[in-house]
Amino acid sequence: MMPVAEARARRNAGRLTLIGRLLRLDWALVLLIGAIAGVGFLMLYSVAGGDLDPWSGRQMTRFGAGLVIMLIVAMIDIRFWKWASPLAYLVALGLLVAVEIAGETGMGATRWIALGPIQLQPSELMKIAIVLALARYYTWLSQDLVSHPLWLVPPLIMILLPMVLVLKQPDLGTALMIAMSGAVVLFLAGVSLWYFIFAAAAAGGAVWVVMASRGTEWQLLKDYQYRRILTFLDPEQDPLGAGYHITQSKIAMGSGGFSGRGFMQGTQSRLNFLPEKHTDFIFTTLSEEFGFVGSASLLGLYVLVMAFCFVSMARNRDRFGSLITGGLAATFFFFWAINMAMVMGLVPVVGVPLPLVSYGGSAMMVLLIAFGLIQSAHIHRK
Amino acid sequence: MPLFRKATTGPRRFQQPVADDNAPARSTTRRGAILLGAQFLVAGALAWRMRQLQIVETEHYRLLAEENRINIRLIAPARAEIFDRNGVPLAVNRQNYRIVMVREQAGDPEEMLDRLARIIDIPDHEMRRILKEFRTKPAFVPVPIADFLDWESFAAVNANAPALPGVLPEVGLSRHYPHGPQTAHVVGYVGRVTERDLENPDDQDPILQVPEFQIGKDGIERAAERELRGSAGTRRIEVNAVGRVIREIDRVEGAGGKDLQLTLDLGLQRYCHERLGSESAAVVVMDATNGDLLALASNPTFEPNLFVQGISQSDYAALIQNDHRPLHNKWASGMYPPGSTFKMVVALAALEAGIMGPGDTVFCNGGYQLGNRRFHCWRRGGHGHVDMRESLEQSCDVYYYDVARRVGIDRIAAMANRLGLGVEHDLPLPSIKSGLIPTRDWKRAAKKQGWQAGDTLNTGIGQGFVLTTPLQLAIMTSRIATGRIIAPRLVRTRDGVPIPEQEAPPLGLSEAQLRVVRDGMHSVVNSRRGTAWRSRIVDDAALIAGKTGTSQVRNITAAERARGVFRNEDLPWARRDHALFTAYAPSDRPKYAIAVVVEHGGGGSAAAAPVARDILMHALYGPEPPLTAYPADQRPERPTAEPPADAPATGTSRMPT
Repeated sequence: MMPVAEARARRNAGRLTLIGRLLRLDWALVLLIGAIAGVGFLMLYSVAGGDLDPWSGRQMTRFGAGLVIMLIVAMIDIRFWKWASPLAYLVALGLLVAVEIAGETGMGATRWIALGPIQLQPSELMKIAIVLALARYYTWLSQDLVSHPLWLVPPLIMILLPMVLVLKQPDLGTALMIAMSGAVVLFLAGVSLWYFIFAAAAAGGAVWVVMASRGTEWQLLKDYQYRRILTFLDPEQDPLGAGYHITQSKIAMGSGGFSGRGFMQGTQSRLNFLPEKHTDFIFTTLSEEFGFVGSASLLGLYVLVMAFCFVSMARNRDRFGSLITGGLAATFFFFWAINMAMVMGLVPVVGVPLPLVSYGGSAMMVLLIAFGLIQSAHIHRK
Repeated sequence: MPLFRKATTGPRRFQQPVADDNAPARSTTRRGAILLGAQFLVAGALAWRMRQLQIVETEHYRLLAEENRINIRLIAPARAEIFDRNGVPLAVNRQNYRIVMVREQAGDPEEMLDRLARIIDIPDHEMRRILKEFRTKPAFVPVPIADFLDWESFAAVNANAPALPGVLPEVGLSRHYPHGPQTAHVVGYVGRVTERDLENPDDQDPILQVPEFQIGKDGIERAAERELRGSAGTRRIEVNAVGRVIREIDRVEGAGGKDLQLTLDLGLQRYCHERLGSESAAVVVMDATNGDLLALASNPTFEPNLFVQGISQSDYAALIQNDHRPLHNKWASGMYPPGSTFKMVVALAALEAGIMGPGDTVFCNGGYQLGNRRFHCWRRGGHGHVDMRESLEQSCDVYYYDVARRVGIDRIAAMANRLGLGVEHDLPLPSIKSGLIPTRDWKRAAKKQGWQAGDTLNTGIGQGFVLTTPLQLAIMTSRIATGRIIAPRLVRTRDGVPIPEQEAPPLGLSEAQLRVVRDGMHSVVNSRRGTAWRSRIVDDAALIAGKTGTSQVRNITAAERARGVFRNEDLPWARRDHALFTAYAPSDRPKYAIAVVVEHGGGGSAAAAPVARDILMHALYGPEPPLTAYPADQRPERPTAEPPADAPATGTSRMPT
């Protein structure tokens, strides 16, 4: 049973002092995040050939700034975030539309929007906003209406709108992540399992239609996306062309062995055989230099984050708080699971970074804001 | 199945959830646990995959990492070749015999170097470079020892191969210009890729990164670079961990460039240079009927093959310091006041405007008064009454002062542009200049002054601001000779496919108007009073029609005029007048048009016209023109010998201008 002191603390959550809130922070989670980011600094230092320049130093600065933002977000009452949720969703959606109109093109895709000196990727923002908005919806909706077909229509529209916009960029990976993050909130909110089974069947059918449409006039995906899918099925077929990334990534990982070649001793990343070695494929450098021990340890850190988030969610009786904790934790899960599966040749290369480790400001900032929200829910739990 | 309870139990739907306040939270926790379980499963799958890659199959991947790294290298395409109109090669790829040494195969590389130095000549600075590369490059990388070896040295190294382990004779391709100096200004040359070339945003071909690759630096080699270069092939090779090549997997040959056949006639081109000797001069010969450029000579010239191999500092300094500027392409970018050769433009403008008829005369008393300024005719005593034909024949300045003033600069400039002056002609060469035909707008913009009547007078005799290139003068002559807008053409076939000739549209001048000017040009050469009478061809089937010109490099001061010090021979070379002559032949059915500019040559009739005559003879009759075609007093001992170029038979102390 619950200690009396804690019960009182929960009642007074809204009136906590700043010190009180800091004390209630989930410090274990903060430490875990720091440890994972530390792995990132180390690997970025290594792929730069033992230099803080050009990646590691800047990543540290960004992480420092992100950590401050995370704490600020955590200190703000969860009720404010609950109030702001629909707004956040609308802003993110508006930015996605703006990208469509005035976005900057890089690497064959239009994903960026210039906001003064900052290059913003609204699709990253949407990964959080979708979770917040859906959590807000299900907090408002009576528990009895959760599985009513009519009341499922608004959340589905809320998921589909950003998905279509992101697919147009085109960014299949992010679109799928938005869909899956949204689906997780629906699942946690208690939507009947039959819907999920039906959706899975429909998705399977859709995949079949998409694949069958290849080469016809109404082809649904870009050619490069089909090539990626086919390359995934048999990457060895064209080791110099489309399958190059996965083949090289597997060679680098496998050659690391059990204990690795040692810090800064990875020949594959040294000789530039690895593609995107500082961004999406940084996990291969870790695996090559620290072997199975290193890669399994990072996996362990990620799993621990999931476990801590679950505990925080389970102990929170505030519906909005627990829904965003579960939803955002799942978003984080999709990041690392898809990235690792991708570099190990289990899923197609879709361009998802390794969270908190890959070089890149946009994803880092979004992830730390997400953890700030999880912390806010934790501090102001009931 | 408690999970499905919520959805399947209908009656609860409308009950108030007062009784079970924590039911939603418990449901969320339950679903969260399921989710966590699924996440653990995925993590387990990932861990299993890590184990498979890094523990079970690690030997396989380690082997791949060590030995099976695939690399792509570029193969330079063979550069396309350039030929003259008769198929004589002007730019070819020649085998370049070179020696490289692989240090790790040489045993004792310095001993090998010593042995090599006894067979071939290795200069000291090369020796230092080689030793430095030995120290800095990996042992398996071939280090170049000697380039552009002659066959004897190369054969000698080959013969001694058993005693020279690690020394590898190689045969590469290198650009060569068999008639280098004669074609240097047209064909240009290739050279090493520089940092600046690499930064050119319009040309980011990866082949440029290949060491030893050469690209066009001047002439057609530069202007038609992309066509000539072709596209690179690729070679897929396996390299091991340190980059040593293990084997070649396959290769895709690149596509060679497109061979170009020029309109140039090498024989005529060579004769132009021969005839010009050491003069600083430019000659353009074109086919007046279709614009084919037959000879394009800028004299003196230079040896482009020196640039291909990397020109030495002293050779380059000598070229730069030469006051005859061998590197300057005089026929394309040399801009000269056209002098009296511009008078046809004024005459045609006057005829078209109806201001002067062929029979209308102007009285020349040796000068023309404009306000308080007197504009002089080259003949101080004056020409008396002159009509249009006579004005060209004797190059009367006063006639053109008067006519130019009445026609006005606007119509003169329009006519000049129509005849191809002051406009840029489209040729595959990097340095085509457009010259300058002054207009009121131009002067206001460039000089911040209004147009003066005196400017029109100066323009009327091709002085003042007017600037033309020899190429433009030849085009102008072709257009007058044919009455059509002839455009110059330099490339005849590309990749063996003839480039169709453009139909030249009519100039828009009547035959009667053109005939007046052509008659005048005919008289210049074929009338005893003409300024180029000495440079005629005595053959009714090959008569020349032309116009002399002398353009002042300096202004004659009143003091000089008073002292009489304006004889060119008395002046230093760089201050003497430019001599010009433009002509076409045969006069009755024009085939060839020519423009000759001899820098600081003195008068057009003395320095330029004889050159033009001899070159036209070469074009009309071939290398050995019949002696009977020369005026009786000028027959050379040998057909190619230089005829005497004395002062003209007619006229007084001054040359015609």
